[in-house]
Amino acid sequence: MMFAPADMQAILLSAKVGSVATLVALPLGFCAAWLLAFGRFRGKLLLELLFNLPLTLPPVVVGYLLLLLLGVQGPLGKLLEPLGIRIIFTWKAAVIASVVVGFPLLVRSIRLAMEGIDPQLVQAARSLGAGPLDVILTVVLPLSRRGLMAGSSLFFARSLGEFGATIIIAGNIPGVTQTLPLAIYDYASSPRGEGTALLLCIVSVVLALVVLLLHETILQRKRGT
Amino acid sequence: MELTLQLRKQQGGFLLDLDLTLSGERIGIFGPSGSGKSTLVSLLSGLSCPDAGRVLLNGQPLFDSRCRINLPPEQRRIALVFQQHALFPHLNVRQNLLYGYRRCPAAERRVELDEVAAVLGLSALLKQLPETLSGGERQRVALGRAVLAAPRLLVMDEPLSALDDDLRYRIIPYLKLVAERFKIPFMFISHSLVEMRLMAEQVAVLDKGALTALQTPEELARLRMGTSPAGYINLLELGQPRAEHGLLAFPWAGRELLLSGGSGHEPGLFELSSKDIILCKRHPEAISARNLLPCTVRALFGSGSKTGVELDCNGAPLIAEIVPAAAQELQITPGSTIWAAIKASAFRRLSSPCTFF
Repeated sequence: MMFAPADMQAILLSAKVGSVATLVALPLGFCAAWLLAFGRFRGKLLLELLFNLPLTLPPVVVGYLLLLLLGVQGPLGKLLEPLGIRIIFTWKAAVIASVVVGFPLLVRSIRLAMEGIDPQLVQAARSLGAGPLDVILTVVLPLSRRGLMAGSSLFFARSLGEFGATIIIAGNIPGVTQTLPLAIYDYASSPRGEGTALLLCIVSVVLALVVLLLHETILQRKRGT
Repeated sequence: MELTLQLRKQQGGFLLDLDLTLSGERIGIFGPSGSGKSTLVSLLSGLSCPDAGRVLLNGQPLFDSRCRINLPPEQRRIALVFQQHALFPHLNVRQNLLYGYRRCPAAERRVELDEVAAVLGLSALLKQLPETLSGGERQRVALGRAVLAAPRLLVMDEPLSALDDDLRYRIIPYLKLVAERFKIPFMFISHSLVEMRLMAEQVAVLDKGALTALQTPEELARLRMGTSPAGYINLLELGQPRAEHGLLAFPWAGRELLLSGGSGHEPGLFELSSKDIILCKRHPEAISARNLLPCTVRALFGSGSKTGVELDCNGAPLIAEIVPAAAQELQITPGSTIWAAIKASAFRRLSSPCTFF
């Protein structure tokens, strides 16, 4: 059995959405993790809850809230409309859905790595003349490298599987916003689609396994040193 | 170097309250754990902020609560050496050494990498990662890294506590050598009186967050002789020994001291407690102690319930302790001559000769 061009498009779109989402989320996740690991400010608990909320919230709820926010009548959507930027029902919406839903996983991994950094290293760096940003770039960033890698692989895997939030704000338009899980959903609910659905499922499993394997390898190496 | 510290900092139930001015190139901060030494380091370096007060380094305010001055750590140019070296694990020795150097304004730089690496014996290790180094090597890299940052003040916070005894006393000459050679004033923080005497010229004694004394290490050692279970520790630098009748004869002060075997066949630094010196008015005809030294009494001093006797032994000083009654009985007065008897087993080696470790 061969893939139809639309199936291939779904696989490639999933990869594109996952990659772009990871690239977008990584710097944001790094900043968020830094705030939570090193920051001392009021409202830290609130911020922590906010970042972790998508982990426990049904993705459909996240999707619906994003739709309210980014829709043509939504507060952000209204701002973007005159600039000619439309987010919902485009592949960008799928990226945003992935970023929001996978964010807690990413932040958690990076934060764990950051909290493992000896505070004396930061103090030593400051006393040697490095300013706060310099310390982040030359000490914190390299020493949380494994957390960043482990977090991104988990995040990427989560993004490949994103369904609930995506279907609400990006829709299920073949060739435009139909990612792998959405395509499987389509095939599974059509009369003669079981075969293709199964094939796409296998692709999904293989992708997930590869990413998880990568993730475990990174963690193993971390334990090794 | 002149350092003025007027600091108040409340931390839970602990209050640090200091007002002192330290001057000199080798300052010691001495006190037991919990006396406020580490809090002082973090306030001085700008890693935490006092509730009120002033910190002046050579007249320049680093912190002043009234004028709202609070320089961040990176602008104070006070380099720290910690107990746990704190080397950057992702950087090799060379990159670690250059971390502060690269961030120091070019006009302020005083030392170059090659010179520091040579003095500290690190030239062959430059490409290695910290995890592959021994404890002594790591501490030398940490020291070199701090020195290369050309700090106005080098703060060493218990830098030797994580090392074993032998290593500790072998690294001390390097700490001093490096600071003197590159003209960097330092503050040495420790709970060890012997380290203090080897490193500092002026000592601030802290207890429970307050200054209890500001004196020379020698004064401090004499003061504590009466209460310390170890007595006063005489520090003797002994030369190359030769074997004699199963003992080792070490040259010292123009004569020889006999030490029991197991002292190591090499020169080094030895300690001798004031409690292990017996004073005799006349030459005892027969005595088991192997060392019998004719001395002149230089001075007497009281310390707790003891009397300290400062002896001049061929020009070298030696402190013995006796009870006041013995001082009267033996009629020990400044200028009188006396015999000091010391057992061959009373000496304890602190370090091997100053080779690299």
